[in-house]
Amino acid sequence: MSDKELDLPVPDPGLEEHPPRFTDVDPAAADRSYRQIVAMLAAVPVLVIAFLVVYFAVPRDAELILFGSTFKMQTTLLGLTAGFATLLIGIAAIAWARSLMSDEEIVGERHGAASPPEARERVLADLEIGIDASAIRRRKLLGTGMAGALGMMLLPAVVSLADLGPWPTAEERAKTIEKTIWAEGVRLVTDVTNVPLKATDLVVGQLVNAQPENLEHLEDSAEYQIAKAKASIIVVRMDPNSIKIPESRRDWQVDGILCYSKICTHVGCPISLWEQQTHHLLCPCHQSTFDLGNSGVVVFGPAARSLPQLPITTDAQGYLVARGDFTVPVGPSFFERDSLKDFQEGDR
Amino acid sequence: MRFLARGGRSSKDRTSLRRHRAARPVLLLLSLFLVGATYAAVSPATESVADGAADAQLIAQGKALFSQNCASCHGLGGEGLAQQGAPALTNVGAAAVDFQVSTGRMPMANPLVQAPAKENTFTEDEIAALAAYVASLGQGPAIPTEDQYNPAGMSPEDVSRGGELFRTNCSACHNFKGAGGALPNGAVAPSLQNATPKQILEALRTGPGQMPIFAEGALPDENAKQVIAYIEQVNAVPAAGLSLGGLGPVAEGFWAWVAGIGSLVLFAVWIASRGARA
Repeated sequence: MSDKELDLPVPDPGLEEHPPRFTDVDPAAADRSYRQIVAMLAAVPVLVIAFLVVYFAVPRDAELILFGSTFKMQTTLLGLTAGFATLLIGIAAIAWARSLMSDEEIVGERHGAASPPEARERVLADLEIGIDASAIRRRKLLGTGMAGALGMMLLPAVVSLADLGPWPTAEERAKTIEKTIWAEGVRLVTDVTNVPLKATDLVVGQLVNAQPENLEHLEDSAEYQIAKAKASIIVVRMDPNSIKIPESRRDWQVDGILCYSKICTHVGCPISLWEQQTHHLLCPCHQSTFDLGNSGVVVFGPAARSLPQLPITTDAQGYLVARGDFTVPVGPSFFERDSLKDFQEGDR
Repeated sequence: MRFLARGGRSSKDRTSLRRHRAARPVLLLLSLFLVGATYAAVSPATESVADGAADAQLIAQGKALFSQNCASCHGLGGEGLAQQGAPALTNVGAAAVDFQVSTGRMPMANPLVQAPAKENTFTEDEIAALAAYVASLGQGPAIPTEDQYNPAGMSPEDVSRGGELFRTNCSACHNFKGAGGALPNGAVAPSLQNATPKQILEALRTGPGQMPIFAEGALPDENAKQVIAYIEQVNAVPAAGLSLGGLGPVAEGFWAWVAGIGSLVLFAVWIASRGARA
């Protein structure tokens, strides 16, 4: 076909000039390349036999120390022999194609993609016969009935989407994601060991990963993980003179013992990387950093909201207890969440 | 003193003993003794001072070592120097000194973000003397005894509980395997690979550098020992092959991208290149 028939915007440059390779013009170079390829292929059986020998002869618990790391002798040698054998086969194949196989470019012509007109007409005629034979033209309700039946089958699939969860109305949110099991008088206990915390037991610079005492009642139930994921806290004690405590939060703490949600306000990772001297709390997932010496405001990273602080006090026996639930929802933002009540730098 | 004088004026018929020339000096001495005795009884730090001559000698030796090795930054009395960034040592206790000096962190060679662990050049006796001196300056955790930290004889349940405690309290900084990790502003949480049980317990109780304190109230000795048993067990299991620091996906990903994909790219370039022509 000529360029006119193909309607190309620029003329077809054709095949570029084909300079011969060294191996095409110099028989010595071709022989050298030939010997290299055969040598590589001949090394493969040697490596395979070495693999078999290692498999049977090297004890499984033998160890090898390389670059200061300990390796299992057998697996290392098996990997090296099998790996190099595979690699040599690959390199030999490529070298063969590059230096000894003909590398002349060949043009393969193709016919057009559309079928010839007579074939297309025959298919349409066959289709017409099929539709007539199905009786759908004379008994019209067959087609309508089938379409309606299939359409109705979509309904169960759509309706069962309701199982994805309750519709997040304001009332529903207040009962679920905007609430934790913290309540007035609930003691702060250590995570894992459930030991109640006394204010006098905590020293300045101390960090405790804690949770509500009433979480223990939920153990082994489905709600346990949900409740723990929302109610986990960290308790820290700082020198009250070295931190900023706003007027509105003066009675949220006990002598510099402050309690914060452990769930990052960015995407909800648990955070407990707390620097004692800077009072900064760093989230390991995306490096959001909160200043626990300043009501949990964000000092770095992608988090948009301060870390929620849990108001605490002591009970009659001196144990740390919550004064109520968190005043704002814990964890990451969601579409309907109101951010007006979150603490911001400068709030009193 | 004024009440004595007034008392002397108002009642002339009191015994002459009170008017004796020695009355004032004797009373002064008695009251000084009383104040001293009360202070000694109330203050626990000086209690240990009063323990015996051996202690006093140890403290004196520690004070000499302190003046030579520590005082240039921490001050002659351990009061700290803010402009050097050196904290006061008056209430850090003996455990902090034992940890910092035995791991070679102190004395620092030069002021950095954080004191790096290095070879310790002090003998055990010298560390004990330094610790005794710093402990005498105020209150603070004492050097733990072997039964507090030796994890020998812990059951598999204890080790498992220790693992739970480690993952809850320590892994955020020290990595789930105790390999350590990065902290903000160039600081690092060190690897626990070479930490001794004693040093681990001392670090928990004293909170060196940016590390928070994990005091007995929330983490009793029994739990701390479980954590130590877990770390010992993890350290005893060798990592297979190149661990790349055991730091997780960053180091491994770097290796896979640079060495793995890099060599694949080189092969692809070789396969597609036209090579030399005649």
